[in-house]
Amino acid sequence: MSAARQYELVYIVSPVATDQEVADLHTQIETIAGKFAGTLEKTESWGRRKLAYEIGPHREGTYVLETLNGPAEMMKEMDRRLKVSDKILRHLVVRVDEETRIADRKKAERQAAAAARRAARGEPEPVEAPAEAVVADAAGDDAMSEGEV
Amino acid sequence: MAEHNHSSSTEGGGGSSFGRSGERSGGAGRGRRDDKGGRRGGFRRRRVCKFCVEKIDVISYKDVRLLTAYIPERGKIQPRRLSGTCAAHQRKLQTAIKRARQLALIPYLTD
Repeated sequence: MSAARQYELVYIVSPVATDQEVADLHTQIETIAGKFAGTLEKTESWGRRKLAYEIGPHREGTYVLETLNGPAEMMKEMDRRLKVSDKILRHLVVRVDEETRIADRKKAERQAAAAARRAARGEPEPVEAPAEAVVADAAGDDAMSEGEV
Repeated sequence: MAEHNHSSSTEGGGGSSFGRSGERSGGAGRGRRDDKGGRRGGFRRRRVCKFCVEKIDVISYKDVRLLTAYIPERGKIQPRRLSGTCAAHQRKLQTAIKRARQLALIPYLTD
């Protein structure tokens, strides 16, 4: 019933924290995910970035992005832990699975519509389409959009 | 009172095609227009939504470079009427900008 949800978690670690402390935070998140039978899909470290505004005394921070799969309770616990930690300046949790699903569907619809259009015009599939036909098509589109402007 | 109404109406109309005549009549109105965003001279109104044209379905808060295009100097979110973004994409853009602000990727305001 509870389908796996995907979340994005971004947190800003205080610039005074050492590399070791940043790594520790990462392992903490991993263990929380493990506790709730969640998985860590990928981790992306943006490194040290200048903040757009000061947060307390700090002008820069270390950004880390984690993509996780797991239940809502897992994120609730993580959110709580991150709030408590004094090394974390800010964090943000966003659920992404629904958004990506909608985006994928839209993309598929668009491709299907494009294929249908091509079929209606009696054009071949884009893979086998000769290069000049594609170019001619693009030129026609350009002319049209210019006319509209 | 009547004068004020008049000047504001020319300001609204002066956005696009009435520019030439507006310049002539209102020397004082010009200054006001300038501090209202300075959208005079050469800036053509974009009519199409960039996200529709480029088929961007997901507007991510992580894409700072994309978002900064929609926040003018002051740091406010650029209104739809200026950017030409469609309603659906403007809403997504709005949440993305607000998330990016929370993460200090984008300023709340700049002076």
